[in-house]
Formats: sequence, structure tokens, C-alpha cells
Amino acid sequence: MLTSTLLAQLLNGLQYGMLLFLLAAGLTLILGIMSYVNLAHGSLYMVGAYGAAAAYGATNSFIAAIAAAIVGAAAVGFAIERLVASTLYRRDHVDHVLASFGLVLLLNELARTIWGPQPLFLTVPDALSGTVDVLGFQYSAYRFAIVGLGIAVVLGAHYLIHGTRIGMLVRAGSTHAQMVSALGVNIKVLNAALFTFGAALAGLAGGIAAPIVSVQMGMGENILILTLVVIVVGGIGSIQGSFYSALIIGCIDTMGRSFIPLGLREAMSRELANAAGPAIASMLVYVVMAVILSIKPQGLFPIKVKT
Amino acid sequence: MKTFFAALGITLVTTLGSAQAQVRVGFLAPLSGGAAIVGQDQLDGFNLGVEQLQGKLGGIAATVIAEDDQTKPDLGNQMIRKFIERDKVHAVVGLGFSNVMMATLKPIVDSGIPAISTNAATSVVAGKGCAANFFSVTAQNDGPAEAVGKYVNDKGYKRVFLLAPNYQAGKDMFSGFKRFYKTPVLDEVFTQVGQTDYSSEIAQLQGAKPDAVFIFYPGAAGINFVKQFSQAGLIGKIPLFSVFTIDGTSLPSLRESANGAITGATWDAALDVPESKKFVADFKAKYKRIPSQFAASGFDAALLLNVAVKIAGPDYADRKKLSAAIKAAGASPEFRSLRGGFKFNNNNMPIHNYYMFKVNDAAGANPVATLGLAMADHADAYAGQCPLK
Repeated sequence: MLTSTLLAQLLNGLQYGMLLFLLAAGLTLILGIMSYVNLAHGSLYMVGAYGAAAAYGATNSFIAAIAAAIVGAAAVGFAIERLVASTLYRRDHVDHVLASFGLVLLLNELARTIWGPQPLFLTVPDALSGTVDVLGFQYSAYRFAIVGLGIAVVLGAHYLIHGTRIGMLVRAGSTHAQMVSALGVNIKVLNAALFTFGAALAGLAGGIAAPIVSVQMGMGENILILTLVVIVVGGIGSIQGSFYSALIIGCIDTMGRSFIPLGLREAMSRELANAAGPAIASMLVYVVMAVILSIKPQGLFPIKVKT
Repeated sequence: MKTFFAALGITLVTTLGSAQAQVRVGFLAPLSGGAAIVGQDQLDGFNLGVEQLQGKLGGIAATVIAEDDQTKPDLGNQMIRKFIERDKVHAVVGLGFSNVMMATLKPIVDSGIPAISTNAATSVVAGKGCAANFFSVTAQNDGPAEAVGKYVNDKGYKRVFLLAPNYQAGKDMFSGFKRFYKTPVLDEVFTQVGQTDYSSEIAQLQGAKPDAVFIFYPGAAGINFVKQFSQAGLIGKIPLFSVFTIDGTSLPSLRESANGAITGATWDAALDVPESKKFVADFKAKYKRIPSQFAASGFDAALLLNVAVKIAGPDYADRKKLSAAIKAAGASPEFRSLRGGFKFNNNNMPIHNYYMFKVNDAAGANPVATLGLAMADHADAYAGQCPLK
């Protein structure tokens, strides 16, 4: 019994990690390459979820929902880059934080104005609505599919960054932006493309999360905090780092929530363990982050800069 | 910030005369974030009540000032102080989730301002911390959970798994459930407040093989939990019992994934009580959705305050007199709660019926059906600890 529960928790951790990765990939590139702190990245996740729910409501098609999530978030991301972010790249990080926090409030209120405070409805597609038997354990087929999709995105991103000319420019731009610019590459276009790509990934994350969580304003804020943990632990600017780190954080968070209260019960009374368990579990990822940063201040997989 | 004038602003100094009498009400509720659906329903219910009274409470023009507590206790405390000191309100209504309500208690008790909760009423405020100016028009927190505990006990379930967020209300729900459920529970799990993914807890629950699950997840948390419970293939397989979770606020986004779930509450739109028929129709007509128990509480609060201001007469601005009038209004035949029978206990908590409801056809026009009465004229367990008479 314990092994199958453990396996299920591992799958949950992986699935959560994949979702975090989709968000972290864009955020880490934007922070690493443009040195822009985008607190509104969580709002792009929300835009994706709303886009998916609205499209699903109109068409009843899950494919259309996901497409709307990606396109919607990419469009909003592109607009943010052109109108707000690009004017602030040269400014201080505090200005980035202020501007993007303003965008968070703006997008939340827009969502409330358009769709109201009531959460929207979206269901998993029929093909994935069942469960999969994992060693006698019923596991949601949809969550299985998320893990698969996450792996596909990782492989795609890896190819894009290590196998194409655009990827080469991105890698070069992340460490030697001025040199890339001096060599005649239009860094503005590259930045806009990268920002839009990151927004599209966040939108995709929002779209696939929409059938699982309630679609409503403010849904991006909680997940943004964990995403920031992921990119800091993984090493800012490193896609690979954020992938491993997302899986680690996803698994630690999931495992911690279920096994810390159980473990505490062995050591103390059930009542005390019930009170302390969730509190400790919620701190766990931050404790892990603090420990990792104290040993490796640049994160687990820092970008190597050759000077 | 957000100032809603009751009845679309018609109340604002439109009448002639020397002394412009006005009742000002501060309404505190979560109006953003995951709890917004719950807060908005309370506010909409209250506003509908005031509107149907022609924008008046006790015949005096009413102004409703609504503020968003964002489910943050410190902000709730700040807003209550703002209501009292700056807006000079005559009464505060709403008071948000239990953690916010607890943070508003000190300024409420210190100032003596009449307060009517349309949502939270913790074991503290019903017991030792009770106050002559604090009223609950909803129920003491434990109440609905006690009803479900009794129901689950009577049905003979032996392996029950409990889940709730880790804060005062979650603890109250568990103790309420266990007060009437006599078998030791299989397990009880507290989750983080504001958590969105419950896959870990659901896997733990599956591993424990319960024969029933009891949850308390108001607002977005409940939508997330029940959706994920259903996606794990558990809905219909393991009976799901809940309080403050599955109702008009969550059903539109849950639909089929809540089919078969059973809820304990004092009110639901399905309740066959003459008082509530008109309210449900009016609420649907105005807001285009089915009202939840939160909306009903908001509406009841407006009716109660209306009768109270009438009783207090010209002294309605006297906090002590208005508080006493609210208590008297609870016993007055003129106050007709949507749930039918209603009266205040010595601790200002309601004594009323609890019912069980079941989601039969979540996507239909009448999603919920009444299973029956769970407890009649039920009083909370803390009244004895309250020194009030």
C-alpha cells in the first residue's frame, strides 16, 4: 500500500513540477536575458486560464481552449513587452517590480470586469476524464497527460535552444547581450520574441491547469511565488536548471505535505502533529531554497559565463 | 475604495427636511481572490435586502459602504477601524472568514459597535469571548458540521476521512463533526490556507481507503478540491460530505463533478420554506445565478437590521441601544429569516434548524435537492461558556 501511495505522490510531484516548469521557463529567460523582473508572469498564467475557459464555453472544444490559452497569453505578453517592459529594460529592478505589480492589479481587475468574481468552468476532455491504474492505484489520466506534455515541452525547448540559430542567439544574448547586438542582431526583436514565447508557455500552463483549479482572478499570484523559488533554485537564466529545480520543488512540496504530518505523528501527539505538520510543510520549499542558496548562491545550475 | 450606495444611489440626500437621518452600514467581506465568490454573495444578498426595503433600514435612508478584506486579518482589522472612525457607521455587517472575523473582534468589542456576522462565528466568540454587540445571523461555525456528523453517524459510516484548511474555522468544523460522530475518525488532515492543488492529500486519502469523506473548503478552495476529487475518479465511489463548500457559489464551476455530494447547512436555494421562494426568484432575476447560503445570510442581515432600527427608533445611533434592538429583533415576529424559524441564544448565536442537501443534477436548473431535517432548533455547544444572559 505504502509503495503505491508513494508512487502516486511521486507522480503528483512530477505533474506539479511540469506545471511549474512551464511558468519558470519563460520567467527565467526573461529575468536572465532581459534582466527584467516580471511579477506579471503569474497574470499571464491567469490570462491563459481565462482564455481557455472562455474558448471552452464558446466552442466546447478542449483543443480550442488550449489554443486560445496560448494565443491569448502570447498576445497579452507581446503587448506588455512592447508597451511596458521594453521601456524599462535599462531601468532599475525596483521600477520593474512596480510596473509589473501594477500590471498584476490591472489584469486582475480586468478579469473581474469582464468575467465577474465567479470562477469559470472548464472540464477535462472526455478522452482524459478517466483514471489510469498504477500498481492498483487510480490516478487521473489528465494529470498523466500533463506529465507527458511537460516532457514534450522540455524536449522542444531543449532543441530550440541548443539546436537552432534562434537558440544560439538566445544563449549568446543571455551572457553577452551587447556583443550580440554589435554583431548586427536586432536584440529588440529577439527580446520581444522571447517575452512572447515565455508568455505563451505561461498561457499553456494556465490552459492545462484550468480544468484542475478554479479559473478566477488572482489565481496567478500563489503560483508565481513558487515559480520564483524554482528559478532561483535552478539558477536564473537556465532553462535546464529551472526544469530540474521545478521537478525538485514540485516533488518536495507534494511529498512534504503528505509525509511531514505523518512523520510528526510518530514523534508527538496527533493533535500537535496536525497543527504543526501543515505549517512545517508549507515552509519546506523555502527552507530547501535557503539551504541550497547558502551552499550554491548562484542556484543549482548556474549559467556559465565565459569572460 | 469601493463605495456602493444602497439601491443604486437613490438614498443619497434626496429628501427634504432639516435633519437628514441616515443609517450607515459598513460591510466587510472578501471581494477579491479565492474567497471573493463567498464575499460577493453575502454583499449581493445584503444589497438585495436593502433594495427591497426601498433603500431604507427601519424607514431611514441607508448607505452601505463595502470594503474588501482580501481574506487578510490585518486588513480586516484596519477596515473595521476605518468604518468606525472615519465612516462613522452605525453597524458593521459581514466580517469575512473566521481568521478575519477574529481580527475584527477587538475593535468591535472595544467600540461597542453593533456587528452582524453573515459568515463566520468561531467557538471563541460563541463561548468565553461572546459580546453583547456581536451577532451571527448565519450559524456558529460548528453547527453545520455537527449536522453532518450526526447524519454520517446515523448512516453507519465507520471509516471517515476529514479535510479542512488549517485555520480556526477548519478546527471548529472538525470539532463540530466529531461532537456528533461517535466512531473515532480514520484520519484528519489540515491543508494550507490558499492551497490550490490537493493531489497530495487526495492520494493520501485514497491510500487510507475511507468509506466517507468530510470536507470544509469555502470559495475557490472547494472548487479545486472537489474537481480534483472527481478527476481522481472518487466522486460517486466514496460518499462526499461537506459544509460551506458546495452551493450556489461553487456549483456553476463544479457541475457534474459535484454530483452526489451531500451538504449540511441551515439554508439552500432548494429549501422548501415559504420565506425563501421569493428571495430565490428575486436574486436569480437580479444577479443571474442561484443564491448560496452566504447570499441568504446577507439578505437575512438586512431584514434583521431593518427590524432592529425600527425597534431602536430615534436612538438607533446609540450603540448599546441598537445592539439590544438587534437582539430583540431576532425574537420579533416581524423578522422572518429565509430559513424559517430563528431566534438568538444567550450568546447571540442563532438557534435554528439544520438540513441535509444533496446535489442531484449539478448542471440542471435545480441542482440541489433537500434530503431532510438533520437537527431541529439546534443550539451551539458553547452557549454555556458565555456569561451573557
